Amino acid sequence: MIKVEKLTKRFGGFTAVNGIDFEVNKGEIVGFLGPNGAGKSTTMRMLSGFLPPTSGRAQVANFDVFKDSLRAREHIGYMPENVPLYTDMRVNEFLRYRAALKGVPSRRLKERVGDVLELCALKDVEKKLIGQLSKGYRQRVGLADAMSHEPDLLILDEPTIGLDPNQIRLVRELIRNLRRHHTILLSTHILPEVEMLCSRVIIINRGRIEALDTPQNLRAHLGQLGHILFDAIVPDARIAASDLRLLESVQSVSHRADGEWTIFTIQAAPDHDPRESLYRHAVENKWRVREISRPPVSLEQVFAQVTSGEEA
Amino acid sequence: MRRFFILLSREISSAFHQPLAYVVLFFFLIVTGFNFQAGVTLLNTGPGTVTMVQAFFNTVYFWFPFVLVFPLITMRVFAEEAKMGTIETLMTAPVRDTQVVFAKYGGCLFFYIILWAPSLLYFVAFQKITGVNAAGAVGSYTGAYAMLLLMGLLFTAIGCLASALTDNQIVAAIISFAAILGFFFLGLLSFLLPSTGTFLRELTYYFSPVEHMVDFSQGLFDTRPIVFYVSSTLLVLFATFHIFQYRRWKS
Repeated sequence: MIKVEKLTKRFGGFTAVNGIDFEVNKGEIVGFLGPNGAGKSTTMRMLSGFLPPTSGRAQVANFDVFKDSLRAREHIGYMPENVPLYTDMRVNEFLRYRAALKGVPSRRLKERVGDVLELCALKDVEKKLIGQLSKGYRQRVGLADAMSHEPDLLILDEPTIGLDPNQIRLVRELIRNLRRHHTILLSTHILPEVEMLCSRVIIINRGRIEALDTPQNLRAHLGQLGHILFDAIVPDARIAASDLRLLESVQSVSHRADGEWTIFTIQAAPDHDPRESLYRHAVENKWRVREISRPPVSLEQVFAQVTSGEEA
Repeated sequence: MRRFFILLSREISSAFHQPLAYVVLFFFLIVTGFNFQAGVTLLNTGPGTVTMVQAFFNTVYFWFPFVLVFPLITMRVFAEEAKMGTIETLMTAPVRDTQVVFAKYGGCLFFYIILWAPSLLYFVAFQKITGVNAAGAVGSYTGAYAMLLLMGLLFTAIGCLASALTDNQIVAAIISFAAILGFFFLGLLSFLLPSTGTFLRELTYYFSPVEHMVDFSQGLFDTRPIVFYVSSTLLVLFATFHIFQYRRWKS
């Protein structure tokens, strides 16, 4: 669906996007992740045909977005950051205008507008002026606009920014329902959102792609970050810790006291799980155990590591 | 073509969606009404050589609102979209840049024509009530309104260019006002210079709206001003198109 090759954008001396390559297949939801100013919006603007690149090329639905821009744009529904809308129009009027502009034939306009109003739960405000709507509604009007011409690809730039938690849940739900008919490229700062929605993640930083994989793989890849929590009552914490260090595949052990309990943080060798031997060791020594667990690595840690180069 | 008309109708309706449109229409009607009344008073002073049409189109009361109105019509068109960011959704729809520029220009021109349409009623009323022919001949009407349209073509284009230059409507209005006023006063030069066929006098005639209006409102069609207004309009629109594209590509 999307094919990007060596895409570069410079503004004067500043390189916003630096020779990125990636592909997105039909039916995927791909999350675009990165700190502010990493080049997310610039890339999305180039893909949607708004900005010409300095060099490199991009294709959407097999049309070059620059050489064959009009035809490529027919396949794209783009929602910019902050969702700019014509505030002097009514919701249904606006959607009708946008759908017609994007090539929905006149006889299908009414049906299409009705459909997107329904899908985005905008029926109760369809006669209102957009200028009078709350942020959450506007966001949904923007989304309705993006999909009004049934594009193959939806490009959503921070679709949930500035919304309250309930609205975020609604918009997320909406995006999840869209995956059946559309390929989606969305950018966001919110990491749980990516884990919930996306089949793949592109982490971009300073105009370069730092990582591109499924959320699961990204986490697995950084699996060595994972540590094991072992919570027990032991006669002597220091001796117990050095005993634990002798166990197979345990690399390091630190401990701290929590009342009569001692909490050990155990770093295991990559691709090893010493929890079972820990348990056996505890039983042999008749320790009372409260917890043996391996907290999952969050995408947050992955993100922090990838974008700053330091451990989370 | 369908896309162009969708854009055009959006431009026209958005022109009438803003309160400023009605303020402009209202005051314009007052000033032109006053201008008409002044014309009637002039004709009442005794027998003279001017017709009602000439009296209407060649006074300060005509030129004053005429020059003032273009910045108000055009300042919004590009500047507002750039400021609100709607330019991004507009230009990612499958529309050509030329379609957008011409639709915006067409929308302004439409408003300008609506602005002048009621003035025709003055002459109808004048003829009905006094029984005197408001123009010497039909050509006087055609000439005056043709010149009105020709000048409108150019000045609207200048206003659009100014609006494409900036994100700020006020700045756009000031730029176009300065440009139009400068052009207008340059045209007045021909009245200051000695009237016998000097070179400068000849030259200034080419771009003097006042002189053009004097001729055309007598029904004197001259092709030179027609070519001048049409060609310079195209030039300004061409510049508008490029500035519009340039500013988007650099954003």
